[in-house]
Amino acid sequence: MSASVLKPFSVRFARLSAAAVTCAAIALPVGAAETPAGPQTDKAARGKYLVTIAGCNDCHTPWKMGPTGPAPDMSRMLSGHPESFALPPAPAPQGPWLVAATATNTAWSGPWGVSFTANLTPDQETGLGKWTLRNFVDTIRSGRHMGRGRQILPPMPIPMYKHMTDEDLEAVYTYLRSIPAVSNRVPEPLPPAAPVAVNR
Amino acid sequence: MTKPKCVMHSLKALLAAALCAGSLVPVPHVLAQGAANALPERLRDTGLYAPGSTTQIAPGVLAFSPQYPLWSDGATKRRWIALPPGTSIDASRPDAWEFPRGTRLWKEFSVGRRVETRLIERLQDGSWRFAAYVWDEAGTDATLASADGLVLNVTSERRYTIPSRYDCLACHDGAPVPVLGFSALQLSPDRDPLAPHAEPASGVDLRALAARGWLRNLPPRLLEQPPRIAAATAVERAALGYLHGNCGHCHGKPDAVGASVPVGVLLTQSAVEPNSAADVLRSLGAASRFRAPGVATAAHIVVPGSSQSSVLPFRMRSRDPRVQMPPLGTDIADSEALALIERWIDHSLQSPKESEK
Repeated sequence: MSASVLKPFSVRFARLSAAAVTCAAIALPVGAAETPAGPQTDKAARGKYLVTIAGCNDCHTPWKMGPTGPAPDMSRMLSGHPESFALPPAPAPQGPWLVAATATNTAWSGPWGVSFTANLTPDQETGLGKWTLRNFVDTIRSGRHMGRGRQILPPMPIPMYKHMTDEDLEAVYTYLRSIPAVSNRVPEPLPPAAPVAVNR
Repeated sequence: MTKPKCVMHSLKALLAAALCAGSLVPVPHVLAQGAANALPERLRDTGLYAPGSTTQIAPGVLAFSPQYPLWSDGATKRRWIALPPGTSIDASRPDAWEFPRGTRLWKEFSVGRRVETRLIERLQDGSWRFAAYVWDEAGTDATLASADGLVLNVTSERRYTIPSRYDCLACHDGAPVPVLGFSALQLSPDRDPLAPHAEPASGVDLRALAARGWLRNLPPRLLEQPPRIAAATAVERAALGYLHGNCGHCHGKPDAVGASVPVGVLLTQSAVEPNSAADVLRSLGAASRFRAPGVATAAHIVVPGSSQSSVLPFRMRSRDPRVQMPPLGTDIADSEALALIERWIDHSLQSPKESEK
């Protein structure tokens, strides 16, 4: 894989994938999410509200089949793609079916390769345990891992979330610090199966 | 040279570019956020040049060269700084100089010709702003670039990236002070002769700055015994200096600001703390959090005697965007630095006395 292949796609498809996530958040039931309250003053409570209605669980909590259909497995809340979940090669993106996701909704395949949703729990080694508020805000604002590293890949809707206010981002960060830590080392993303022509 | 293309941040832009491949995509001029006043549209109006010129540097603007320059894919660079008249830098914290409001720094990048000049300016409210100016092909002047960044094709084979504003911040906002190349260590009169891509000394060093009255509260011992990385060997000194200049702004010490990347890797050096080299070496001996794609086992950042087993040169060599270090600002691996780092790991770090023979 060359940089000239992945970098443009990581930017180009951010918007597309953001739209996909937004649609998913609307179409799919979030069974375990609590009913959001009204305006909150407590940061963590406000953060919980934002995490719930912004659809974070839709991708960062593995889904499993339940009695009423697929739903987030809240025993693994926000712990990202399960490291133990071995996957066959992703289908090659083609035609109008450009994006594919696993049944867990935590691994996404598209022209950018395969991305795995991050562990957002406060686990020290595999989650956000060592992240400062500044690291978190810089990540969402810049679209770069840890605020300074590689670009965050689709379907993370950075182009939408980067417009969140500082107060809201601090509330989300505060809430994420308060949830149970889950040790789960999410794999690094995979390159595209084959180079994709950029300009035709 | 082909025309510049705006970095595509939207599906709309993608579709437009796909339909008009090779044609000019309009570049919106977006000013840096938080600017107290608008940035000049032309570089010639930023104070770098004498009035009416884009070649003659204005009086009072000082050229300088850090001893450990940042790798920029082989581009030739020139750097300048200007302080407002009658002001000086508070150097009481040798690793975090306090620059006066109104300070401006410029860095010019040339790839065969002048391509870009970047500007950092400290505003009157104490904040900093960052801008990039793109030279026209004839080299007559440079125009303010979009805050979203640009990609230029300076030759048929060479891509050149103008950073976005957030890309500027990715490096400059991670350090205690956003000025990275103008510091006590970088301007030490005791320059490192083995530093990769070392440039001729500009004459603007700690002693010259102190004599000029640009530094106040500088600890006198830094003039008597200029800063020098306390390494076991000359090769190690250059290796640690390279890592400081190229990586230390993100991999710094955790502090109250909390901007350094939270991976426990320390690559920044101090001009005054005697243990800073030892701290960096200790950090490099740890297991890396990084896992190469498809590899589940951990490797150490540096394995003395085995650069092949070390994560550090592996990531420096890669330009896979999931792997490469630094993660931005470069599309071409730095072969000279890699040779130095590998020599250090394989020989100097393994048996320092032998390697010095």
